[in-house]
Amino acid sequence: MASELDIFVGNTTLIDEDVYRLWLDGYSVSDAVALRVRSGILEQTGATAAVLQSDTMDHYRTFQMLERLLHAPPKLLHQLIFQIPPSRQALLIERYYTFDEAFVREVLGKKLSKGTKKDLDDISTKTGITLKSCRRQFDNFKRVFKVVEEMRGSLVDNIQQHFLLSDRLARDYAAIVFFANNRFETGKKKLQYLSFGDFAFCAELMIQNWTLGAVGEAPTEPDSQVDDMDMDLDKEFLQDLKELKVLVADKDLLDLHKSLVCTALRGKLGVFSEMEANFKNLSRGLVNVAAKLTHNKDVRDLFVDLVEKFLEPCRSDHWPLSDVRLFLNQYSASVHSLDGFRYQALWDRYMGTLRGCLLRLYHD
Amino acid sequence: MPGKLKVKIVAGRHLPVMDRASDLTDAFVEVKFGNTTFKTDVYHKSLNPQWNSEWFKFEVDDEDLQDEPLQITVLDHDTYSANDAIGKVYIDIDPLLYSEAATVISGWFPIYDTIHGIRGEINVVVKVDLFNDLNRFRQSSCGVKFFCTTSIPKCYKAVIIHGFVEELVVNEDPEYQWIDRIRTPRASNEARQRLISLMSGELQRKIGLKVLEMRGNAVVGYLQCFDLEGESGLVVRAIGTACTLDKLSSPAAFLPACNSPSKEIKEIPFNEDPNPNTHSSGPSTPLKNQTYSFSPSKSYSRQSSSSDTDLSLTPKTGMGSGSAGKEGGPFKALLRQQTQSALEQREFPFFTLTAFPPGFLVHVGGVVSARSVKLLDRIHNPDEPETRDAWWAEIRQEIKSHAKALGCHAVVGYSESTSICEEVCILSASGTAAVLNPRFLQDGTVEGCLEQRLEENLPAGCGFCHIPYDELNMPFPAHLTYCYNCRKQKVPDVLFTTIDLPMDATVIGKGCLIQARLCRLKKKAQAEANATAISNLLPFMEYEVHTQLMNKLKLKGMNALFGLRIQISVGENMLMGLASATGVYLAALPTPGGIQIAGKTPNDGSYEQHISHMQKKINDTIAKNKELYEINPPEISEEIIGSPIPEPRQRSRLLRSQSESSDEVTELDLSHGKKDAFVLEIDDTDAMEDVHSLLTDVPPPSGFYSCNTEIMPGINNWTSEIQMFTSVRVIRLSSLNLTNQALNKNFNDLCENLLKSLYFKLRSMIPCCLCHVNFTVSLPEDELIQVTVTAVAITFDKNQALQTTKTHVEKSLQRASTDNEELLQFPLELCSDSLPPHPFPPAKEHLESASSNSGIPAAQRAVTVEKASPMGEGNFRNRSTPSCANSTVGVVKMTPLSFIPGAKITKYLGIINMFFIRETTSLREEGGVSGFLHAFIAEVFAMVRAHVAALGGNAVVSYIMKQCVFMENPNKNQAQCLINVSGDAVVFVRESELEVISTQQPAANCQPACTGGEVTT
Repeated sequence: MASELDIFVGNTTLIDEDVYRLWLDGYSVSDAVALRVRSGILEQTGATAAVLQSDTMDHYRTFQMLERLLHAPPKLLHQLIFQIPPSRQALLIERYYTFDEAFVREVLGKKLSKGTKKDLDDISTKTGITLKSCRRQFDNFKRVFKVVEEMRGSLVDNIQQHFLLSDRLARDYAAIVFFANNRFETGKKKLQYLSFGDFAFCAELMIQNWTLGAVGEAPTEPDSQVDDMDMDLDKEFLQDLKELKVLVADKDLLDLHKSLVCTALRGKLGVFSEMEANFKNLSRGLVNVAAKLTHNKDVRDLFVDLVEKFLEPCRSDHWPLSDVRLFLNQYSASVHSLDGFRYQALWDRYMGTLRGCLLRLYHD
Repeated sequence: MPGKLKVKIVAGRHLPVMDRASDLTDAFVEVKFGNTTFKTDVYHKSLNPQWNSEWFKFEVDDEDLQDEPLQITVLDHDTYSANDAIGKVYIDIDPLLYSEAATVISGWFPIYDTIHGIRGEINVVVKVDLFNDLNRFRQSSCGVKFFCTTSIPKCYKAVIIHGFVEELVVNEDPEYQWIDRIRTPRASNEARQRLISLMSGELQRKIGLKVLEMRGNAVVGYLQCFDLEGESGLVVRAIGTACTLDKLSSPAAFLPACNSPSKEIKEIPFNEDPNPNTHSSGPSTPLKNQTYSFSPSKSYSRQSSSSDTDLSLTPKTGMGSGSAGKEGGPFKALLRQQTQSALEQREFPFFTLTAFPPGFLVHVGGVVSARSVKLLDRIHNPDEPETRDAWWAEIRQEIKSHAKALGCHAVVGYSESTSICEEVCILSASGTAAVLNPRFLQDGTVEGCLEQRLEENLPAGCGFCHIPYDELNMPFPAHLTYCYNCRKQKVPDVLFTTIDLPMDATVIGKGCLIQARLCRLKKKAQAEANATAISNLLPFMEYEVHTQLMNKLKLKGMNALFGLRIQISVGENMLMGLASATGVYLAALPTPGGIQIAGKTPNDGSYEQHISHMQKKINDTIAKNKELYEINPPEISEEIIGSPIPEPRQRSRLLRSQSESSDEVTELDLSHGKKDAFVLEIDDTDAMEDVHSLLTDVPPPSGFYSCNTEIMPGINNWTSEIQMFTSVRVIRLSSLNLTNQALNKNFNDLCENLLKSLYFKLRSMIPCCLCHVNFTVSLPEDELIQVTVTAVAITFDKNQALQTTKTHVEKSLQRASTDNEELLQFPLELCSDSLPPHPFPPAKEHLESASSNSGIPAAQRAVTVEKASPMGEGNFRNRSTPSCANSTVGVVKMTPLSFIPGAKITKYLGIINMFFIRETTSLREEGGVSGFLHAFIAEVFAMVRAHVAALGGNAVVSYIMKQCVFMENPNKNQAQCLINVSGDAVVFVRESELEVISTQQPAANCQPACTGGEVTT
């Protein structure tokens, strides 16, 4: 007695959160049934495995039908086929766009292209996340990217408007899109200790300060090529950063900077001597990173450079985080007292963000 | 009344991409009514076109207005080739034709294509201007209201219930016309949809004309069905009950009444009654007192919401009800004369209603049914559907004579159905024989004196159980006892009916769904031989279904069935029988005896042991069920009854016959002859199987109840959460060694598993009850069995459990109070003319009900109120999740019930009657048969909701899926499905919202009682 056909359709669409999670995690119906059995649901409800199978199939079918709508969440709100209470709609969307930390770390900063998609097999094996789930997450990244790529205005707002995500999730997606667009390298071994949260934090700072949108100058002519204001780094700004080179190239200026910082921090820093010994190296590192940002290749290596040139030296000398903070504050502020240095605003725009990033990235 | 139909096409959205090159669509719209077509401009390159068209005006006859649907076609403009159709919308404009319903149809409609399903939406506005034109020879019946609801609709009162109306129209099925060979499946499907839409319109108009002839203004319990007879044609038939309805005033107007209930009683002016003669019985009669003492809270809650009830309508509960006993003899005859004269004027004294105004139903005789097997032949002249008419007339005649044999002059809860396989058709009709109060059947001419004399001592809640037939001349062997409630009249030991449980019936414990399921193999045969084979099998099936029902009823420890529906379906090589009903324990009927098992070979020790083991199991089950359904009838000592409690004996209340194409009628005595029916004899393995199968029915998990009637006896405090659903299952039988037993087991498992799945799926709603569970079974192909279930799950408040310790009388009061809208007019009179000698003075009762309500802590009450408004909750959530706040789709509730728990229906907007065909040639790609049908049913729901919303409504009540015909051909990757649904579009207001209005009333002294009462309903 095989069931040829077995369906259940409610006037209000039934959504089982547990089954939804299993579906999102990419389990097949039989795996999902096995997992549900293991959860003890049969004992709780007195149902049979056949009932569970039928129920799971039904939910999976519903989710498959909903998936098309979830690709454009506003459609889910306006469609007439599934009557779903608003709170449930929000849950469906939010969960659909939620991603796994392990997965996002693998693709963060990579081009969201077919090539990367081919690597999903490896990522799936490496992370233990099902290939199906990897594909969904990857497609979500790509879809959001495609939609907001050409848009004006705030990246987070655009994402929120077109995908109806929560504020938190929209910010995360902004970071993913920003990283993908600028192709920041995040996969190097040296960067493995960093979490997605660390990068997302940096992305937010960079979007706020280093992009065209950050300057707040609305493009006057509509056809201008500055459409994606939040996604691209401000080219002019990057170009200008070359000017900072004088801070390390001019020996007098470098010495003066060092003495200002040392005077201010003497007695306040536990690692003062190490700092004093390393000052020139560190300063050179930070300024050179800035000066190199005109090349795309170097932009991509931004985080590698920061780790190599600044974070690792500090860590090898066992600077406590509080000392790093004191140093960076003083290091940034002292430049204002350098009379010969004309690029104070540029410096602040650069260092303000970089300081935030470095402090966030400085951990084990 | 010719009229002007005006249509405006506003916009489209979510259109499909029709031009692959641009990924866009150049859409335009054709608007067609009758033979006139208008077009909008082409809106280029958009998936969200804004046409904003002018008003397209059609000047048409009202006849056409009733028959024709408005047809809107969305197309993609193509410069070089033919324009591609995107999809269509059919709009039934009937709701715009009567004044009280909708005035405008405006909203987003899904654009539907029979091959692709829903493809985007279109925003349309439709209006109708009717010109008054008093043409005496008119062919239209504009203005006659139609209701699917099988009781008097909530915001109306029945002035007269005229009776049965029926009509059928036939046509050739476009699917079987020669042209179908050369046209596309889409064109064929659309031709069929359009034809059926036209035919339903015509049918409704013709029924309307009959109603006007009877001087009625509405059809209640309107049931329209399609018979897809294949080659021989397409039959659309409908039955209903013609009524004259008056609209009650708006609910807002009721509210002040609730502030001064005691005053109200005195104020109710007798002179409001346009027909004072009927009240000649004087201010108070013992009968009335007694009646009312059983329903005080009912009277109160109802009174609180109706101050302007027309008293002429108020029934005399006493009418003829005491007639059956020894003293009642002459009156009984008189009454029958009276009613008969009223009923004999009509050909068929049938009523499709299943619930009645109080006092309407006097006695219930039992279920009457008739079936007939017919051979289909081509309908040669569609304009003269005489053959089909004659077939039905024959069956109705039979029903009528069965009813007469039961001493009844009317049939209530009447319905008709067919089952077709190839060229064989089984026509079935069933109903409940009853004696009715003539007061409702004619206008004003009611007999004053008769009424006066008939008012005897009659307790409420048992009158309808008293036998209508002559004790000495019973139509079948029956066992009678004195009523356990009033001790005066005779009652049968078991009662089967097709109606809902009457409001005033006294029930002990809760009810439950009882099903009998049966398969019988049949040889494949052609034409006459086939029909004969089926006719020969039918009596056996009926007998077995009946036996199963009886046994299961006993097993549940109950003594009455309501809402009984027996469906016999015919397939190529088998017959299936499925009977569903709601079992209850009626306090008026005797306690059912147990079930005894007897073996054939009493000498065999081990066998004996086995038998006693089985017996124990059965006894345990009965005991368990009694506990589960809280059946604790009060102990009655035999002296009080005055006669020994008789040994129960099974007896049939079913009277039926089968007839083949010939007119031969075989009466079947379903009683088990001389044998004591409670004894199950186990004489072979078959019988063993039967006993086993009795025990395999698993009760629903705790927190779940189910019934196939409107409301569950014994549960009152419904909360407002409802979930209507449709579930379909098809199983394929392995064609090897099919035996009757294997078939029965398969079928039984199918139904049981389906129920189990439902309980599992809806577990989050516990405690809840599945109401109006409607099973239909069909045999689409040789080895396929299809079962379709539609029901609604309603949550209820668990606090109910506290009340179960109260006596059943109290319980019935509470239950009665739940339906305060239905019987608005009843209590007014009660209170008005029988105040002084009333055993329970109303004021006191009111206090009681007030105190019981206010007994709930205020905080808790507040919680209930909140629960009762999920919409409010939804809004709240909306606010907290701003991302979804801009949702524009309003919620439309759907329910097979005639009411919405926790809400008041304020307006009926018209009937929804829709027919859809969906076909696919890419079955696998659409997720197989399950994916295909799942999507289709979801789409049907969506289209129903969209139409209701466009009419300005927020719910469909009395929703029913009348047909779901599914055909597949997996080898060709094809499938086709036809679905027909109907219901009443309504506007409802949450009682919690009404409450807000009422709290704004200045004098809120009785507020806690009224609002509390409303919330718990």
